[in-house]
Amino acid sequence: MRNQDPAQLIAGVRGGDRLRLAQAITWVENEHPRAVELLAALYPCGGGSHIIGVTGAPGSGKSTLVTALARAIRAAGQTVAIVAIDPTSPFTGGAILGDRVRMRALSGDPGVFIRSMATRGSLGGLSKTTGGVITVLDAAGFDRILVETVGVGQAEVEIASTAHTTVVVEAPGLGDEIQAIKAGILEIADLLVVNKADRPGADKTVQALAMMLELDGTHARPRRHHGRLVPDSQAATGTPAHAGQGESRDDARWRVEVLKTVASTEEGVETLRQRIEAHRDWLLETGEWTAREHLRAAHAVEALLRAELERRIRAQWAALDVRALVEAVAQRRQDPYHAAQRLLAGH
Amino acid sequence: MNQQGQHSIEQAPDASAAPGPLDVAGATDTTPAAPRIRVLVAKPGLDGHDRGAKVVARALRDAGFEVIYTGIRQTPQMIAEAALQEDVDVVGLSILSGAHMTLCPKIIELLRNQGQSHVVVVVGGIVPEEDIPRLQAAGVYAVFGPGATTEAIAATLRQAVAAAQGQ
Ligand code: B12
Ligand SMILES: Nc1nc2c(ncn2[C@@H]2O[C@H](COP(=O)(O)OP(=O)(O)OP(=O)(O)O)[C@@H](O)[C@H]2O)c(=O)[nH]1
Ligand SMILES: [Mg+2]
Repeated sequence: MRNQDPAQLIAGVRGGDRLRLAQAITWVENEHPRAVELLAALYPCGGGSHIIGVTGAPGSGKSTLVTALARAIRAAGQTVAIVAIDPTSPFTGGAILGDRVRMRALSGDPGVFIRSMATRGSLGGLSKTTGGVITVLDAAGFDRILVETVGVGQAEVEIASTAHTTVVVEAPGLGDEIQAIKAGILEIADLLVVNKADRPGADKTVQALAMMLELDGTHARPRRHHGRLVPDSQAATGTPAHAGQGESRDDARWRVEVLKTVASTEEGVETLRQRIEAHRDWLLETGEWTAREHLRAAHAVEALLRAELERRIRAQWAALDVRALVEAVAQRRQDPYHAAQRLLAGH
Repeated sequence: MNQQGQHSIEQAPDASAAPGPLDVAGATDTTPAAPRIRVLVAKPGLDGHDRGAKVVARALRDAGFEVIYTGIRQTPQMIAEAALQEDVDVVGLSILSGAHMTLCPKIIELLRNQGQSHVVVVVGGIVPEEDIPRLQAAGVYAVFGPGATTEAIAATLRQAVAAAQGQ
């Protein structure tokens, strides 16, 4: 029988009970009526985990790399949770969550916890409740949380406002010529990894990426302003990567690096772990950690607000004949602009 | 494939699927969506016959389930651990090696010991007729052999999960 008592789930999450941790995550994922109670109690206990996003094209080796990275993190004496996200079929609502196939090397380790999630209709590369699930894992006290996004193209950059450190994974042979259009995803990278470095063309991919960073001029991740990505030249003042500032500020910039790994043999993975740690140190030393916590908070509040507004608007529809309204728009008796306004106004 | 089978595969999207931008059909339905059923599909032991497991994983996805696929060569401990972390409703074991009589009771015992006796366990693959009652006595809910249809599997799982949750 599953647990139905939030107090017991909260105590379980805080006390290292893995079954209750898993059940708490399910509550959050299913938006259980009492999940808010649970999250509200757990949220103040969080803040200790370093959240690391791993994103990149389908098949670039994210799951294999996350597994190798988790092993390196364990070898360094830290605990680690993994959230692996795969897409929900828009046609059936079902999903195949297959990332675990690559993660068998982590089984049997009590310092590791792996959870697969389906996007359930979300489009940003994560699912709507990923933030809540991270809150639970954070409160459970994992030192590091690795978040593997769905295999993404370029628009799915939500991970950057969820993680403290974002690792973008590329692989040789995924088409060097299309690198340029992937700017959207490259811009969110704190670290760039060319995985499958055992494959031909790896050095060419490294060079192409290094050249893009060179062209970018700053080697630095663009600033964010009020939760939005802004080009470097328009960034708010007082941020370390802003052009035209003094040397000392310039030194405080984070330089995006291109690293090579062979995830399947763990080659280069310990170096990657160390660079992730260096990024964490940089965040803490420059005050950027606090800035990213603000960004994450703003993102979380905005997402919940959006969801709640949508829920309320939909609830109002119960009192309206939406079908007739849509029919009127289809027949051009009503325009969609005023129809939407009527729905918003609730009459 | 029979007509009935066609129908349930091409059913309208799961009612619990996220609503579209202007989901007119669901516009007046404000009841919370039913949680999606999570199924772990695993192949214990050393047999490499993974075609059936993959076919079933895909079919269940198409029937609206969330399937966690773990691949071949899983030990009973690995399967129990994954079932716990993923908080699944169902564990589906695909066994074509003949080792079902040792593997299944072991896995069921591990699930019970970790507080997951509510999890429904089903088995697919090559199981001789005379072993089916013995597996059921050990706690296996249902056994599906070659030719089992998606409709039958999906319906059985839905029924079993509903019964387990109603307890
Ligand atoms: C294809 C096949 C192979 C392929 C496997 C390819 C692959 N990657 O899967 C290859 C050629 C590699 C192979 C090798 C061997 N095979 Co073979 N193989 C078969 C064969 C002909 C068909 C299996 C198949 O894929 N069926 C199609 C799928 C879709 O059906 P299915 O797996 O039964 O799944 C259905 C149901 O069982 C059920 N189901 C299955 N899993 C699950 C899981 C869940 C959760 C649910 C709900 C339902 C469910 O639903 C599915 C859909 O209806 C069978 C004979 C047979 N007719 O079954 C022999 C058979 C399974 N093989 C057999 C043997 C002995 C071997 C070998 C040991 C042969 C040898 N001496 O080398 C090797 C071992 C390989 C290994 N590493 O384990 C024997 C097993 C005997 C036994 N259990 O007592 C069989 C039964 C043949 C026989 N009659 O002797 N084999
Ligand atoms: N040669 C080589 N193959 C690798 C390496 N890393 C991963 N692979 C293989 O690449 C394939 C895909 O790896 P995954 O880790 O599943 O990739 P992924 O990015 O998680 O894939 P999705 O989650 O489906 O987007 C697998 O066959 C891996 O074994 C590597 O460094 N070198
Ligand atoms: Mg993956």
